Amino acid sequence: MPAEPDRAAIYTLVEHTADLGIVVYGEDMGTLFAHAAWALFDVISDATTIEPRRRLPITLDAMDRADLLVRWLGELLYVYDTQRFLCCDATFSVLEPTRLEAIIHGEPLDESRHPIDTEIKAVTYHQIAVEQVGTHWQAQVIFDV
Amino acid sequence: MRILGSGLSRTDIEGALRELVEGLFRNIPSGVGSHRKDLRLSRAELKRVLQHGAQWAVAQGYGVQRDLDHTEEGGCLAGAQPDRVSDRALERGRAQLGSLGSGNHFVEIDYVAEIYDAPVAHALGLFRDQIVVTLHTGSRGLGHQVCDDSLKTMQRATTQYGIAIPDRQLCCAPLTSPEAHAYIGAMYSAANFAFANRQLMTHWVRETFEQVLQRPPRDLQFEVIYDVCHNIGKFEMHPVGGEIRRLCVHRKGATRALPPGHEQIPAVYRDLGQPVLVPGDMGRYSYVLIGTAQGGIETFSSSCHGAGRALSRTQAKKSARGRPIARELEDRGIYVRSAGRATLMEEIPEAYKDVSEVVDVVHGAGISRKVAQLRPLGVIKG
Repeated sequence: MPAEPDRAAIYTLVEHTADLGIVVYGEDMGTLFAHAAWALFDVISDATTIEPRRRLPITLDAMDRADLLVRWLGELLYVYDTQRFLCCDATFSVLEPTRLEAIIHGEPLDESRHPIDTEIKAVTYHQIAVEQVGTHWQAQVIFDV
Repeated sequence: MRILGSGLSRTDIEGALRELVEGLFRNIPSGVGSHRKDLRLSRAELKRVLQHGAQWAVAQGYGVQRDLDHTEEGGCLAGAQPDRVSDRALERGRAQLGSLGSGNHFVEIDYVAEIYDAPVAHALGLFRDQIVVTLHTGSRGLGHQVCDDSLKTMQRATTQYGIAIPDRQLCCAPLTSPEAHAYIGAMYSAANFAFANRQLMTHWVRETFEQVLQRPPRDLQFEVIYDVCHNIGKFEMHPVGGEIRRLCVHRKGATRALPPGHEQIPAVYRDLGQPVLVPGDMGRYSYVLIGTAQGGIETFSSSCHGAGRALSRTQAKKSARGRPIARELEDRGIYVRSAGRATLMEEIPEAYKDVSEVVDVVHGAGISRKVAQLRPLGVIKG
């Protein structure tokens, strides 16, 4: 992830009065899932402040692509909630519609460097969409805040 | 959601408000991922919390039997099955018991500004200018994880039972299925965690007032007026087509508001109807209402549980940017402390609808009846 990333090329915020969500973009599935992780932590904090100092492995199985994306972000939220681990990037050795094996990059929360903006309670399946638009991939995820 | 009455009037805490708010802020951990360092429970003990709810807290010395008598279902939902709660949920919940969380969760010192129904207010122990404390917190990360785990199970169940749904978040299973049975056992465990959480906080509210005002408990007379969980499915008896039937009523953004005489209201209030707590925003007011017979007929005894947002969080932050929100509120006599830098901005009063208009609609429709209006003096936001 570049030091000064173009946020609008990674994701846009979707907001209604009670809901908060993201539309994420990527040229392939790997980029889409990595961008979704970056966007999640950009909503929670400011993703540009997160350094890829540590790595953690994650393996997940799911019913389909949309389910996999929800589980992916749910897993990152769990890791954040239990280990205070902020993720800014991910690389995938397996990324199939129903399975992923990933290494996530990031660091533990340091309140002097990482602002905390939003508590995300859960990642939801509400209006979940993962689709190919031309040659690119796009996904929408709504959070329970 | 819980409301505590006291024997104190506004004049009793004059000059001590700031210290009380600071004391509560110190004694009740708040903010994103907040946890208590002095209440690290073993796994077995946490399971007892999930089984017994607020009763566990009282047995540990955090409160008295009377608190439970004034709490929905005695502060413990029967049917909780802690073994249905995943290791992950236990892990998320273990450190968070006794903490407030963030977002719209709060502890508020209010005073009773208006009484609309004097006999009911009197029966609930409310009087004009009385100091009351309202608590809004729930099952924290444990509840979120129970939901998360169950959503995964229900995604498969929806397909398995051939149920067509318009949105995947509405995934479900028949109430009689093993999946539903497991979910109810886990959900009620989460509700019991929330009851215990509010009971612990009640204890710390009492302690804080005792410490700051240097007065013994018998002077302060902090009593639980009522405690009710919202955002939950509950089994209740309701009339359907002239017949009384057992229903599972799922309320989201709503609260239970049982009519007078309903057997699920604690005995002390059964003749009155169920107390209904409707928090507004931190700058204006909140309300205490009472359940009605008409609500029992028209809404399966359900009422609103808040004002509802008028501005999205980003809009609120935009509107609050550069403004000294805490000072603005202080100028109106409200002392505010917040753990998160963004929370105060997201929770500015104008981010919410005017709850008095919402409550007037509920009152006018006869779903619940107004009893008293509360106005904030001190607020802690997560």
